[in-house]
Amino acid sequence: MIELNHVTKTYPGASQPAVDSVSLTIPEGEICVFIGPSGCGKTTLMRLTNRLIPITSGSISVDGKDIMGLDPIELRRHIGYAIQQVGLFPHMTVRDNIATVPKLLGWARTKIDARVDELLTLVNLEPGTFRDRYPRQLSGGQAQRVGVARAMAADPPIMLMDEPFGAIDPINREVLQDEFLRIQDKLKKTIIFVTHDINEAIKMGQRIALLKEGRLIQTGLPDELLNRPADEFVKSFVGADRVLKRLNLLKVRDAMMTNPVHCRSEDSSEKVLEQMVKNDLAFLIVTDRDQRLLGYVNQYDLRGHKGHAGDVARKLTLTVSPERNLKEALSQMLSYDLGILVVVGEDGRIQGVLNSTTLCSLVGSTYDEHGGHWGRITAAGRIL
Amino acid sequence: MKRERPRGNYLTLAAVIIAFILGVEAQRRGYLNFARENPGDIYRLLVQHLQLVFYSASIAIALGLTIGIVLTRGFMRRYRETILNLLGICQTVPSLAVIAIAMSYLGIGRKTAVFALVVYSLLPIIRSTVAGIFQVDPALVDAGHGMGMTPRQVLFKVEIPNAMYIILTGIRTAVVINVGTAAMSFLVGGGGLGDLIFSGLAMVDAGLMLAGAVPTACLAIILNWSFERLEKLIISPGIPRGD
Repeated sequence: MIELNHVTKTYPGASQPAVDSVSLTIPEGEICVFIGPSGCGKTTLMRLTNRLIPITSGSISVDGKDIMGLDPIELRRHIGYAIQQVGLFPHMTVRDNIATVPKLLGWARTKIDARVDELLTLVNLEPGTFRDRYPRQLSGGQAQRVGVARAMAADPPIMLMDEPFGAIDPINREVLQDEFLRIQDKLKKTIIFVTHDINEAIKMGQRIALLKEGRLIQTGLPDELLNRPADEFVKSFVGADRVLKRLNLLKVRDAMMTNPVHCRSEDSSEKVLEQMVKNDLAFLIVTDRDQRLLGYVNQYDLRGHKGHAGDVARKLTLTVSPERNLKEALSQMLSYDLGILVVVGEDGRIQGVLNSTTLCSLVGSTYDEHGGHWGRITAAGRIL
Repeated sequence: MKRERPRGNYLTLAAVIIAFILGVEAQRRGYLNFARENPGDIYRLLVQHLQLVFYSASIAIALGLTIGIVLTRGFMRRYRETILNLLGICQTVPSLAVIAIAMSYLGIGRKTAVFALVVYSLLPIIRSTVAGIFQVDPALVDAGHGMGMTPRQVLFKVEIPNAMYIILTGIRTAVVINVGTAAMSFLVGGGGLGDLIFSGLAMVDAGLMLAGAVPTACLAIILNWSFERLEKLIISPGIPRGD
């Protein structure tokens, strides 16, 4: 856990503080993203944490201990440090680079070698291939991976990362972000992650702290920042497309209407048609007894049909899993011109439906906690 | 690198042939008589010359590296430029004048010669040390500090290894020039191969002069070559070469 308490930093000769009375708590095992326009003090704030820059006033404590009471060298050896320029030592092999902090801590050679191979595997680099390479023999993405491995070498509980994926192309950055989140899922480090890219912040951060001119403007979950920006600055910083950004954060599960209106395959066609006309429904989902999706019926097919609705059901191939994010679901709806997507779980049972109007109201600013208005097809459950 | 090998070989071959032709010509004119008759003298003076170069270079390297490193530390920020400029002005004083000034204070003898040689080779070493350390990517230094290296560890494990290429180039230049300058030690009674060169000049004896000049030139070439070898040994293969 990292606690910042009214942390202020004024550089000598500067009229305004670079960091102005920032208070913030970063719980154990969370990634907290510091974000803001350049010169907002986010990097300074990060560097105050491992005493690369001395604090002017206020205090920072790491795991309950005030950092001013700790030896700065010792403190830094127990805090992982990764920077945008990567800063791999060109005169050392990948192995020696990763071994930097373990060597400083005086680990035994065999322990270091084992750890290096373990970390290379963790960041998806084959140890046999990469262990003895020099940094100049690595691509940008590989170097960043080694940089992250080096920061994690001595298994520090806390890590400081200053735009660690900043210097590579967008495609590789996505890959590295995903890999890092996968690693973080297992290791649960407490991380301060500095970036200027709002999309990266939303993706990486469990908590986002938005800074401007040294002051903390808003802190909260990514969703809160997008949905309830504290002021005009936050609103403009997160971008005019903040609503669309929320689509990345939300799962289909969060937006779908559960227990949608449907009929069973053994229901009588006449009765189903009658209800559809009454409720003004053009289509209706058909399931079996176990709520497994069979297809859909429309009024045209049912008209004049005697028997079970299941007999005239049409196949429904485009469905979506509840675990997908809304951006993917919306993209599917747009590309196939669908007003409704049926949400089907792993077991083939229908879990709900996603419709474009609820989606819009959900991600829009008017959305309320209860899920918004569902329009005309709110009638839930089996139609008969 | 592989492509350069054969060309280097041709150059060496050409040099050997030219040296052979020159040698034959020198022999025909009788220039080699002195050297053939007094190998002991040449050997003694060569050793003296080597000692002059060795002592002065050792002191200059030790002093130059130290001063250079000190100049790059943060607390020297304010004086760095002034000191480097002053040293630059000193460097413009001709080597002969440095030797003359040194003699007026220290009298004649080997000590004076070594002193003058140290003064003269100090600046290139300081310059290259400062330049070498300053061209080290600041991100490396930041990474070193951030991971918990002490300032000393950052200097010896990060800054110097990465500045080594430029530092060694400076040292090589200084030492090679030193071999030539050391010939002037004769003027203050410091000995060395300069004895033969200056005597030969004074007596218009080409044989005597060549007996001093040829070993001096060879010494410079051999030292230059040795330093290049040394660079390959010392500098990490991870650091891109200037060539």
